[in-house]
Amino acid sequence: MKVFKAVEMNRCIGCLSCMITCSAVNQQDHSILKSAIRIKTSGGLTGKFVAIVCQACKDDVPCAEICPTGALIKRPAGGVLLDKDKCIGCELCVSACTVEAIHFDQETQKPIVCKHCGVCVRFCPHGCLQLVEEVQ
Amino acid sequence: MLYEKTIRVLYIDLAASKIEVKQRTDLSEYLGGVGIATKLLEETVKPELPPLAPEQPIILAIGAISGIFPLVTKTVAMFLSPLTGEMGESYAGGRLALALSMAGYDAVVISGKASRPSYIAIEGDTVQIKDARPIWGMDSDVVGQFLRDSEEGRGRRSILRIGPAGEKMVKFASVCVDTYRHFGRLGLGATMGSKLVKAIIVSGDNTTKIQNFKDYFRSYQEIFKSVTETDLMSKYHDLGTAINVESVSALGALPTRNLTENHFDEAEEISGEAFAEKSLVRKMACTGCPVGCIHIGQFRRKFDDGYDYESVSVAYDYELIYSLGSLLGIPKTDEVLQLIEVVEKTGMDAISAGVALAWATESLMQDIVTEEDTIVPLTFGNSENYSKAIRYLASRRNSFYEALGEGTRSAGAKFGGKDHALQVAGNEIPGYHTGYANLVGLTVGARHSHLCNAGYSVDQSLKDFDEQKAVNKLFDEELERCLLNSLVICLFARKLYNRETVLKALRAAGYPLTDDDLTLIAKRIYSTKLHLKEKLGFDPRQVQLPKRFFKTPSMQGVLDSTMVERMISQYVEKCEALLAEKI
Repeated sequence: MKVFKAVEMNRCIGCLSCMITCSAVNQQDHSILKSAIRIKTSGGLTGKFVAIVCQACKDDVPCAEICPTGALIKRPAGGVLLDKDKCIGCELCVSACTVEAIHFDQETQKPIVCKHCGVCVRFCPHGCLQLVEEVQ
Repeated sequence: MLYEKTIRVLYIDLAASKIEVKQRTDLSEYLGGVGIATKLLEETVKPELPPLAPEQPIILAIGAISGIFPLVTKTVAMFLSPLTGEMGESYAGGRLALALSMAGYDAVVISGKASRPSYIAIEGDTVQIKDARPIWGMDSDVVGQFLRDSEEGRGRRSILRIGPAGEKMVKFASVCVDTYRHFGRLGLGATMGSKLVKAIIVSGDNTTKIQNFKDYFRSYQEIFKSVTETDLMSKYHDLGTAINVESVSALGALPTRNLTENHFDEAEEISGEAFAEKSLVRKMACTGCPVGCIHIGQFRRKFDDGYDYESVSVAYDYELIYSLGSLLGIPKTDEVLQLIEVVEKTGMDAISAGVALAWATESLMQDIVTEEDTIVPLTFGNSENYSKAIRYLASRRNSFYEALGEGTRSAGAKFGGKDHALQVAGNEIPGYHTGYANLVGLTVGARHSHLCNAGYSVDQSLKDFDEQKAVNKLFDEELERCLLNSLVICLFARKLYNRETVLKALRAAGYPLTDDDLTLIAKRIYSTKLHLKEKLGFDPRQVQLPKRFFKTPSMQGVLDSTMVERMISQYVEKCEALLAEKI
């Protein structure tokens, strides 16, 4: 099983194709605000781009641990899957994620969680994002 | 807006501090972008007043599918050009199109003059006119740094700003968009400066449900694949537009030393390859474009003994290497980059600034102006003095630079050096001296830019030159670009966005248009532009072209002015036929 990692962000051109396709495929929305991956600049455009994205925590998974209803289910390769029916929209997972990779969707009142589907990887023109085998 | 026929226009009246949003369904027959911007300009411009009168508007507009397909990344700005005195039209990439879309506006109309230096913060429905007194006077890059920290919307906002040249209303001042892109041509920076607007920040958090995911994503993927997996766009990504420096010079079409020559002997030293090998440190993209054509060159500069260096990164492109390179006789990549840096900081159009300085240099050589005028001795190849001169020009240091800041045409007329003032209808020329189609194209083109109708390309594509064929090609290209610019695609993708692709993309976004509809829209837009230009007093047959164009041989040899006049008349006839059509 694979997880997706932002491995070569030095090469990022800031096209945001990853965000556009993540929002489209996973949330059927045109807005980049619906994307599970966020590309931001650090120190303005003259700085480097950073990807704020699920790190695929494996054994200790803070967001899953804190979820009071068991709506975040650990993926075997790392990261979590969201069971929307169980989610009560308490936002605890958002604050539990140290890298701030979980975004809360105010419209649906559910968190936007990366499921490591790899669509962003397919549309990254510079190989910054890659699907890698889980690290043993 | 996406999936809607309504055009949402934000009106900002700086004088009255009044903000208004109108739903303009009537504008939908212009599709978007340059179509709606032309119409809005026609409605709001005051032809009887000077271009920098407070009443004159600034229009920004995006298109029907902005931000949701690859390379549909541009925003059009329209205004009354302070440089030419007629229709101003300029395009910028960066993140502005996406930001406007997320803020919920198809167009913004800014009129009036603020009571004190201000900046406009558009955050969705919240529009504020804020105090810019502390940032007035700042270089363009520093303003950006300041506003990035003080304003919200990191990662999805766009920041437009002017430098000192805009404040001083240099008639070819530019507006910097998101550090590396610009509304460069025709002086939008001066118009912003005249309104006391230092910057505009746009952000929003609109979301839009995709209505037909299958159709949309299929089209998206097809376009994305043709961009990234075919060689349609590779030249723009690899060496970038700078790839043309050597080839255009070899053709004898690269204006050099104020077009006293048509090729640069040292073109190899400032070629796309030279920049890539010596300076290129990264590539960047406008939001939504996987090409990444923005080439960032870096150089280091010693500022003190004791091994004290600073590093500077700027974006370079073909036109800048022409205007601040070959045209000024500069054969070193680092020196070209240094000049780009000063032009960036002061906020001027790089083409116009280079042409103005090239004119000043030759005028000094011909004793038309004195060294007292230019403050430093300007000579071709001396980048250090050009660097100083750019600062003098931006700040309009003395009466000479005050005059030069009015534009090269104006300076040429004032000092008596109009024969070597490289401008067409007041706009300083881009880097091509290919021949008849280029020259006629610049004259008749709606904004006197090589991007109106690509005359330089027509010259290169016609094996045996045929004037009627060339005129037809220019006309057809201008017409088709009205359509592409109503979507506001990046024109680098013009071959990709053929009619079939445009129709598919529009259909997937809820606009079931036909090929005939698109033709009609293009004609409607072009007619509106022609009417507007006429109203502003423009007649291409009255344009006086400088003699230099007919002296220095072009790629096609020495050009004959009567042929140019004939072609312009033929073009005007085609325009008249279009205007006679019932649209």
